[in-house]
Amino acid sequence: MSEILVLVDHVDGAVTKPTTELLTIARRLGDPSAVFIGDLEDTAVEALKRFGAEKIYVVDDSDFRDFLVAPKAEVMAHLVEKASPAAVLISSGGEGKEIAGRLAIKTASGLITDAVEVQRYDDEAPVCTQSVFAGNYTVQARVTQGTPIITVKPNSATPEQVDGAGTQEQVEVTISEGAKTARIIASEPRKSSGRPDLTEAAIVVAGGRGTGGNFEPVEDFADALGAAVGASRAVVDSGWYPHSFQIGQTGKTVSPQLYVAAGISGAIQHRAGMQTSKTIVAINKDEEAPLFELVDFGVVGDLHKVLPAATEEVKKRKG
Amino acid sequence: MNIVVCVKYVPDATADRHFESDDTVDRQGVDGLLSELDEYAVEQALQIKDQGDDVEVTVLTVGPEDATDAIRKSLQMGADKGVHVLDESIAGSDSIATSLVLAEAIKKLEYDLVACGMASTDGSMGVVPAMLAERLGVPGLTLGSEVELDGDTVRIRRDGDTATQTVEGTLPVVLSVTDQSGEARYPSFKGIMAAKKKPLETWSLSDLGVSAAQVGLSTAWSQVGATEARPPRTQGEVVTDEEGSGAARLTEFLASRKFI
Repeated sequence: MSEILVLVDHVDGAVTKPTTELLTIARRLGDPSAVFIGDLEDTAVEALKRFGAEKIYVVDDSDFRDFLVAPKAEVMAHLVEKASPAAVLISSGGEGKEIAGRLAIKTASGLITDAVEVQRYDDEAPVCTQSVFAGNYTVQARVTQGTPIITVKPNSATPEQVDGAGTQEQVEVTISEGAKTARIIASEPRKSSGRPDLTEAAIVVAGGRGTGGNFEPVEDFADALGAAVGASRAVVDSGWYPHSFQIGQTGKTVSPQLYVAAGISGAIQHRAGMQTSKTIVAINKDEEAPLFELVDFGVVGDLHKVLPAATEEVKKRKG
Repeated sequence: MNIVVCVKYVPDATADRHFESDDTVDRQGVDGLLSELDEYAVEQALQIKDQGDDVEVTVLTVGPEDATDAIRKSLQMGADKGVHVLDESIAGSDSIATSLVLAEAIKKLEYDLVACGMASTDGSMGVVPAMLAERLGVPGLTLGSEVELDGDTVRIRRDGDTATQTVEGTLPVVLSVTDQSGEARYPSFKGIMAAKKKPLETWSLSDLGVSAAQVGLSTAWSQVGATEARPPRTQGEVVTDEEGSGAARLTEFLASRKFI
């Protein structure tokens, strides 16, 4: 079987859930080989093995960790040449897509971004499903030249535990000076909200303009359900909630089991970020809000009354 | 200082966007406009122009005839001149071919700074700025939510997934900016009038030394096999909250779906 390269996304050494999803997808296509750039610790090795990595390529980044994107693309290009993989899988996200874009140019390969499903297609390039035009269309596409380079959205597969050999191989890559020109001079880790990660959460409760800037009812309801909190662009533009929580075209795309929209009217740009949620619930004072067209259940009413009462009710039911 | 802003003419996101029979985006049957996310790049270029002496802002687009509209809007906002790469063989090009055409046009223009939006509002891949930095071999300062020009140094604030970074590079650079970088200005009446007299050149592929075989649908590096409209969601029950009934009905619904 051919190798499938998976670029490991990690936060200070801890392997992220989207990476385990990529390993699960990789197993459908061939033998998963994880590419770990950074300081590899035992916990990460265990996580990668547990989700089926047969090989782990380890690349020390002490020489280039202060530079944006370009060095990682060089590492991946080196490994594509060395391992001749049948495909490269990278998590969709700002950095992941940029690495993929550069890698496509470097290796003269086709690129597919934001796949929500990747399926084996005999021994040829895999078939990727994308969700486009604000989620109104699905597209199936395949790479036709070079090594298929595919970025995959979080939550596109359920991680499966399969023991992989996890054979480690240290890889020396000399990064060119040309790739070390966008220098990271400061980095401020984002404070954790203590809630589930927005793109990974099974339930998302999001607030819009209707909150009037008071997110307490939204946060309380989210906490009662064990949900992540999201926000519409109007809220972020008003400075009511940080941009990292924005859902929509220029923010995060979420596809949870349950999406609760409170005080969000549902412009196309917002729908682009949540339309593929399994169950959608909306609470809005305005019965004409376009989001009601998409809901499985809707309440026409004031979120400042409905949410606190619902929060109490949920707590009671949960005991 | 020469700034080149790359802009895209896209189908209006609020219109009924769809595909043609060859699975390419219908760019004729739907009203088009300057991609909203590229307006932020034009704005950043104009802010640098406002603050500096001798800054020239060129707007560059690759696209069908109507794509001139995207250039015109940018000129109305305050850019100095436009270049439209127009060639039938470009139709159906993917990001790899598009970035090639853009890169060759940028080289021909002479540049200190290339500014792009974070992604288009149609394809929304968000990879062209990184590809341009790769092709041009200059620093890629991408996804900037704050931009600062300090002599020859460009510095951005980049809100990554887990950290907020400050990233800098020395001119020439490729810059891409997010919708957090600052609201784009509207064209003034004076701007609209002035735009009519601004130079707008049309280039073909041969002007750039790119062959038709390197671009277009038939040589695309990836191929769309099928497109399908998502079945519309059917609206479920919508109740009106009366004296707290809304909360009770909501929790009942959530419990019935096993979310509680």
